[in-house]
Amino acid sequence: MEFLAYMGDVFTPINFGLLLIGTIGGLILGATPGLSPTMAVALLIPFTFRLDATQGLVLLGAAYTSTVAGGAVSAILLKIPGAPANIATTLDGHTMAKKGEGARALQLSFVASAVGGVFGVLLLIFLTPLLAKWALAFGPSHLFWLAILGVTVIGSLDSSSVVKGLLAGCIGLWLSTIGFDDIMGAQRFIFHSSVSGGINVIPALIGLFAIPQVISMFLKGRREREAEVLTVRRHPITEAIREVFRRSRALTIGTLTGSFIGLIPGVGGQIAGLVAYDQSRRMSPESRKFGTGHSEGVIAAESANNAMVGPSLVPLLTLSIPGSPTAAVLLGGLLIHGIFPGSDLFENYPDVAWTFINSMLVGQILMCVFGLLVAGLAARVAQVPNAVMAAVVLGLAVFGSYSVQNSMGDVYVMMALGTGMFFLEPFGLSAAPLVLGLILGPIAEANFIQGKMIATATSSTGAYFFTGLLNLTLIGLVVASVAYSVWMEVRHRRYTTKEDAMVRGETPT
Amino acid sequence: MSDLPRTQHIVASGLIAAVGIGVAYISYTSEPARAFLFPKIISTAFVVLALWTFGKAVLGKTKVGIGLSAEALRNILPGLVVALVYVFWAAQALGFYTASGIAFFLLLSLYDPAPHDAVRTWVKRIIVTAGFVAVMYGLFAVLLNVYTPREIFL
Repeated sequence: MEFLAYMGDVFTPINFGLLLIGTIGGLILGATPGLSPTMAVALLIPFTFRLDATQGLVLLGAAYTSTVAGGAVSAILLKIPGAPANIATTLDGHTMAKKGEGARALQLSFVASAVGGVFGVLLLIFLTPLLAKWALAFGPSHLFWLAILGVTVIGSLDSSSVVKGLLAGCIGLWLSTIGFDDIMGAQRFIFHSSVSGGINVIPALIGLFAIPQVISMFLKGRREREAEVLTVRRHPITEAIREVFRRSRALTIGTLTGSFIGLIPGVGGQIAGLVAYDQSRRMSPESRKFGTGHSEGVIAAESANNAMVGPSLVPLLTLSIPGSPTAAVLLGGLLIHGIFPGSDLFENYPDVAWTFINSMLVGQILMCVFGLLVAGLAARVAQVPNAVMAAVVLGLAVFGSYSVQNSMGDVYVMMALGTGMFFLEPFGLSAAPLVLGLILGPIAEANFIQGKMIATATSSTGAYFFTGLLNLTLIGLVVASVAYSVWMEVRHRRYTTKEDAMVRGETPT
Repeated sequence: MSDLPRTQHIVASGLIAAVGIGVAYISYTSEPARAFLFPKIISTAFVVLALWTFGKAVLGKTKVGIGLSAEALRNILPGLVVALVYVFWAAQALGFYTASGIAFFLLLSLYDPAPHDAVRTWVKRIIVTAGFVAVMYGLFAVLLNVYTPREIFL
């Protein structure tokens, strides 16, 4: 119950003010189609430079939590999910809004989000210290394999092609080696003066997540957004709260599914929402009502996508391995304040760690309260023309990257990586594994070199890296993550081929 | 798969493979060799995966990725040119706020669906641009004390 000792820190005027700003701003940003939670958090990082570590993390954590929930506003009122995590919410939420039950759908989504979110953060609170103690047993070889696992899991699970996902991870790992070598001081791959100090993670994150979105907004040309905001009639909130708890099956399925999926690195809120929606439909006696504006669909999807937020941070805070792109961005936020998360985070910086986690707990309640209040405004903001949104995000990306070190080189790196990523995405390469490679590369290399030195002094390199229960377990997980994804890819291809054959009227063999 | 995406896949994966081979060559030939130990491992995996992807593209067996249509390229080209000129030349040459204002206004004019022949549209675009520059100045110059390159008009 150590976290209770730091609960008061959340309510200091500055921390609570930042929590409010992060929550309200996150709700509005989340409702804006095209602004994903990862991108919103990446764009916010430059604003934390002048804050201390705790304050910066409170702001980023609040933004992360509320952008996920805010995406439900545009999903329900505009039928445009604010983020991939809100896709499942659209299925029943928008149908409810079309029937004139928009306020009810919004209330259900925010209350369910808060319940799921609180459960997820409680899981983070109770699991993190336990795992952190366990993580003390990790040596350089284990941390090396863990970093490789982070890249292979995201590379294989987050991408539609395992090979391309792993290729993106390799590109990220290579990018992380650019600059001066830490041990020998040798220059590596410095082909332009902008990268002489290596690739700074923050401009890279901003570029990789924001610039492809900006260019995607140009794709539609001079076309108006076709979405129409549905009018919202008043609905008593007490009824919505009662309904959420009356639909306890959907709430439980959503919360547990989201929490479990959140713990698996690389599997994001989109999967959590869709799996919870599907499971809830299968187990409901009213399964036929799903898709026709059924409240269980909204409750399951929204409780799931917010329940995954807390657990998704467990690997980051205990093992310094970000389990998701947003966690990777948060890691960037920690590193700029000189804090390296890991097994000793709760011993060295208990105030920072616990205030951050507690703020996420309080943020869930604030998100529910303010979500209901600012939903109308958020829906209006979501209708801002693409041209304005693209220009604003581009401006923020340029100023934000420059402000990291007052360096034009960072701006060039941001733009070059972002533009490159935009042209790689249509060919199946995604940003998430590349970012993980870029962030985990230095961790993997430092532990590899350290492990090799220990191995030279004690045993052989092979024995040091490939023996021992923990090493073998981690290697097994690396292989399993890749093998599972290959199997899923082959199965999906076979299924699609059979479906194509059926459509063509052939008999599949 | 139509011919255009196939050609695009070959070009894209070929470029990636070329980068991978370049990285591997540097990793295996540069000195001191110890500093390139980790890059050697990475670049080996990089080359294997890139050549695999390139091979599949050449054989027309790429399953993932839809490529970019000519219409999509036409739509993004003006905006991309503005963005690249803004970042790689104007921001430093004209100053951040001047360049941002010009880039914002150009992007708005290029992609805003409002009719170009109405005076109201242009007045609105100018006001929105001025508002954007003012907000950016407030956030970065006043709140965060970020010192940007000298403005050409100041």
